[in-house]
This record gives sequence, C-alpha cells and structure tokens, in this order.
Amino acid sequence: MTATLEKPPVTEAPVKEPRDWRGPALFALVAVIGLVVMPLVLEPFRLGLLAKYLTYAIVALGIGLAWGQGGMLTLGQGVFFGLGGYAMGMHLKLNDAGDGLPDFMVWSGVETLPALWEPFRNPVFAIAMVVVVPGAIAWLLGTLVFRQRVRGAYFAILTQALAAAMVILLVGQQGLTGGTNGLTNFFEFFGQDVAADSTQRGLYFTVAIVLGVLFLGAWQLQRSRFGRLLLAVRDGEDRVRFLGYNPATVKTITFTLSAVMAGIAGALFVPIVGIISPALLGVVPSLELVVAVAIGGRFALAGAVLGAVLMGYAKTYFSEELPDAWLYLQGALFILVIGLAPKGIIGIISSLRRRKEAAA
Amino acid sequence: MEGILNQLPIGLSIAAVLLLIALGLTFTFGQMGVINMAHGEFIMAGAYTAYLLQGFADRNAVLVALPVAFLVAGLMGLILERAAIRHFYGRPLDTLLLTWGVSLVLQQVARDLFGAPNVQVQSPTWLQGSLGPMPYNRMFILLLAVGSVVAIWVYMNRSAQGRRMQAVMQNRQLAATSGINTGRVDQRTFFIGSGLAGIAGVALTLIGPVGPTLGTYYIVDAFLVVVAGGLGQLRGAVIAALALGLLNSYAEFWTNASLAKVIVFVVIIAFLQFRPQGLFVLRSRALT
Repeated sequence: MTATLEKPPVTEAPVKEPRDWRGPALFALVAVIGLVVMPLVLEPFRLGLLAKYLTYAIVALGIGLAWGQGGMLTLGQGVFFGLGGYAMGMHLKLNDAGDGLPDFMVWSGVETLPALWEPFRNPVFAIAMVVVVPGAIAWLLGTLVFRQRVRGAYFAILTQALAAAMVILLVGQQGLTGGTNGLTNFFEFFGQDVAADSTQRGLYFTVAIVLGVLFLGAWQLQRSRFGRLLLAVRDGEDRVRFLGYNPATVKTITFTLSAVMAGIAGALFVPIVGIISPALLGVVPSLELVVAVAIGGRFALAGAVLGAVLMGYAKTYFSEELPDAWLYLQGALFILVIGLAPKGIIGIISSLRRRKEAAA
Repeated sequence: MEGILNQLPIGLSIAAVLLLIALGLTFTFGQMGVINMAHGEFIMAGAYTAYLLQGFADRNAVLVALPVAFLVAGLMGLILERAAIRHFYGRPLDTLLLTWGVSLVLQQVARDLFGAPNVQVQSPTWLQGSLGPMPYNRMFILLLAVGSVVAIWVYMNRSAQGRRMQAVMQNRQLAATSGINTGRVDQRTFFIGSGLAGIAGVALTLIGPVGPTLGTYYIVDAFLVVVAGGLGQLRGAVIAALALGLLNSYAEFWTNASLAKVIVFVVIIAFLQFRPQGLFVLRSRALT
C-alpha cells in the first residue's frame, strides 16, 4: 500500500501589501491647504469663521471616536465643550479684570470673588482644568454607567439629560457664570489683544495644528489593538466580555478621550469667537454636531471632521442668505442622510469608488 | 410646612404631565425600539389645537380640545410612523437622529403658522379657584393622567388589541408566527402614544403659555422617566413619573431651580447603579 505522500500545500508567505499611501497623502494635502493656502486666500473674518468650524471639528472627532468607532451615541458633548470653554473664559475674565471683579459679577451684585474662581487666575491651572474637568466628569459618568451595562439609547438619553441640566445650572448661577449671557467681552489673550488680526491668525494656526495632532492621535488609536477592541465592543459587547476583556473599561477610556477633545475645543473656541454661553452647549448644539458627524460619515474619523466643517459653512451661509429656510433645510438634510445614506458622505464616496473598481 | 404642602400640587401636576408624555415614549421604545424625539412636537401640536379651538369653544376650548388633540397628535404620529419610522425599527440611535430632524421641521412649521412668541390659552372659568392648597386646574391635570392610565390599563389587559400589543412587546417574532399582524399593532401603539402626548399638550395650556418649543422642555425629563421606569412598563412609568415630578419640584423648592435638574440627574445615575434596567424589567433570556 503506497500512500501517496502528498506534498502539503505550500502556504505562501504573506505578500506584504504595499502600504496604502492615499490616506497619508490626502492628510498632507489637507494640511497644506489648511496651513498655507487658507491663511493666504481668506480675509481675516473668513479665516476666523474657519477657525470656529475647526474647533467644532475637534468635538466632532471625539464624537466620531466614541460613536462611530465605539457605538456610544453621546448627545452631551456640549457639556464638555462648555466646561473647557468656561475654564478658559474664567481665566481670561480674571486676567482682564486685574485686581477688580469681572464685569458681569459687578452687574449682578457679587462683591467678593467666589472661591471657585480664585485659582483660575493662574494660566497653568486654567489650562490644566480644560483637560482635567471634562475628563474627570466623563470618566466618572462612564464608569458608573458602563459598569452597569447601561448602553445604547439609555446612554444617549442620559448624556442628553446631562446637557439639559448643565444649561439650567449655568443660567441659574448668574453671579458665578454670567447666566444666559455667559462669559464674553474679552480683551487680552495671554498678553495679546484678542481681537487683533495677528492674534486671530495665530489662533487659527493653533486650532488647525491641534486638530491635526488630535486627528493623527485618534487615527493611530484606531489602528492599534485598542482600536480593534473598541470596534469589537461596538459590534458585540457581550462576546468581548466572554473573551475576557472588560468592555466597560474600553468604553470609559474612549468616552473620556472624546470628552477631553471637546474640552480642548471649547477652550480654543472662547478666544476665537469671544464668547461662551449656555446657548452654545445645550441639547441642540450637542445634537447638531452629532448630526454633522452622521452627514460626514460616522464610521471614518475623516468623515467626522469633514461633516463638522461642512455643517459650519452651511449654517453660516444659509443663516445669512435664507434665515427662515435654514431650519427646514437642516431638518430635511438630517432626515435624508440618516434615512438614505447612513454612512454619510464618506460612505457615498467609498461606495462610488468600489463601484468604479468593480467595473474596471 | 406650608411651603411643603404648597409644593405638592405643583409636583403632582408635573408628574401627571410627565406621565402622559412618557407613556407614549415607553411603549414605542419598548415595543419597537424606537426613540421618537418628535414626540415633544406632538405635545406642542396638542397645545396649539387648544389654542385654535378657542375661536370655536371660547373658554371651554380645553375640554373640546382633549379629544381633538388626541386625534391630531395621534394622526401626526401615525403619519410619521408610516412614512419614516417603520423603516428603522430596532435602530434606536438612528431613529433618534431622524426624528430630531422631523422635530426641527415641525417647530419651524409652528413658528411660521403661529409666530415665534408664546400664546396664551384661556382656562375655563370653572377651573379657577382651589380646594385647599390644590388649585382646580392642577387637579384637573391629575385627573386627566389618572383617567389615561386607567384607560391604558384596561386597553392593555382587557381588550384583544391590547393583548396583541403586549404579545408583540414581549416577543415580536413569536407574536408574528402566531398570526398577529405586528405592523398593525405598531401603528395602533404609535397612534395612542402620540395621542397621549397631544393630551399632555392640552394639559400644559392650563399651567403655562404655548410656544413652538414647548415640547423640548419636557421631552428630556420624559425620557428619564422611561429610563427609570423600565421599557414598556405601565407601572414603572407611573412610579417613575411620580418620583421624578415630586423630586423635581421639591429639589427646586429646597435648593433652587438651577440645581434641581442636576440633583435629579445624580439621583437617576445613582438609581441605575441598583437597577440598571429601570424599576421593572421585562424578563427574557435574550442576550443583547
């Protein structure tokens, strides 16, 4: 009996796929446009608007990470944005006031500086709080909520309730927070006249670079083992638990990161736009950014950024040209995108590309 | 002491309104896995219905408006369900965003039709006055909620349609294989839930002005009632609405209005540490 010894099938050495350079090339292109072309062609006012949209894009990046990658629909990013913004605003107010009290406190009859405000005189402390406060609150909320396996829509509702509560709290504490008006009328930003074109230009570069760095960081995170785990938690939380990981930890870390991003965005927003107020961080602005992410494409980090910038432009354009129609348009856009193109613009582009490749 | 007593009617009537709103949400969420942000605009529609009916029924508009608002809001809900939501069953996060778009559009429609400033609905003369610390209008709202809960309970437990609704809520596939037309049941649930929001809107005209964003003030709290009460649970919604309404008004009374919501939020988070799925849970072996 001759057993024909078959040669075992040769397992081919895995062909190392050529690195896909299209992504990094696109990033470089966008960086050149953002850092060189835009500051050259845009007048200061328009550059300021773009800077504002870029701060929104930072928040959107966090939403893309938490929602797109981690499946946590957070409707309260405005809270973290606001915490960062108020921390920065408090420092600027104190800096402007010198030895006196910030103007709005005088108006609402406050006579001594509240203890909560005192440490914000120190710029290092204020900047640290921009990161620490949103991060700590998100970490606490995430730990409490995810540990109990509260998720999906429940989590969304809770974050929304947090946003609603935050607004009412800020409006009510007039003497501490400036109430409905928020903190505004800033003059000086770290020794510079905050309204000067040169300061604003510097702020634009700052926000653009911060966005770029955070984007690269988030991108790297997405490619890492942690990023894989995050996707797995999104798609099958129980299975991940059965494999021995703790999904609550993965989610809490991601949620905290997204909150920190929103906090940084808020802090940059304040000197650029010159105001932080409850109307900028409530339920509606928080939801608007989530929808912007959905429009851009929630499953890709680039989609989140794209969506936020496009939404910002659309909002400015239509509120200038057709103020009455904007709410209709906005509503219709949400309905269409969520209904017909749940993967957003990036989804449409990549499906077009796939179709072209299939045809070729 | 007197303050505590005076606060009770306010807390109870807020609880009653929250309950009327949350009933619709908890059933649509529990049965279809749908989060309907436009629910708040059905409240607004109910309130404006009462406003419009003043021309017809003068000071008794509120009474006439109850059935009409139920129909108006119910039909709006039905149209929304047929036109959009039914394509998104089981995708709560997508419906949330989708219906938020709808809610934006509806608010703008109201602004175009009735103007942005608030309007006032005259309450009937026979609702002025009070019984001890309990004003008649707040008592009326309370009775409205009690009546609605009883009606829903009878519907769910004593009618064939209500039993079908429970069956679909417990296990959609099994209900479908038993010959229940689940699509029909969904439509009915949506109609009734939205109609109740309309009634809540009429009730709100008794205690405050009516504006295009009326619904947004209550929708977040109503969702918290759903979370705390447990999905699709009538008992849970009643208890949670009572607790939340009273907690809200007493927290406002003892601290101040701006801290109350934060306290409510902290209490809810603490509560979820013990009962992460709400007060009452539909038992199932399914693994989500």
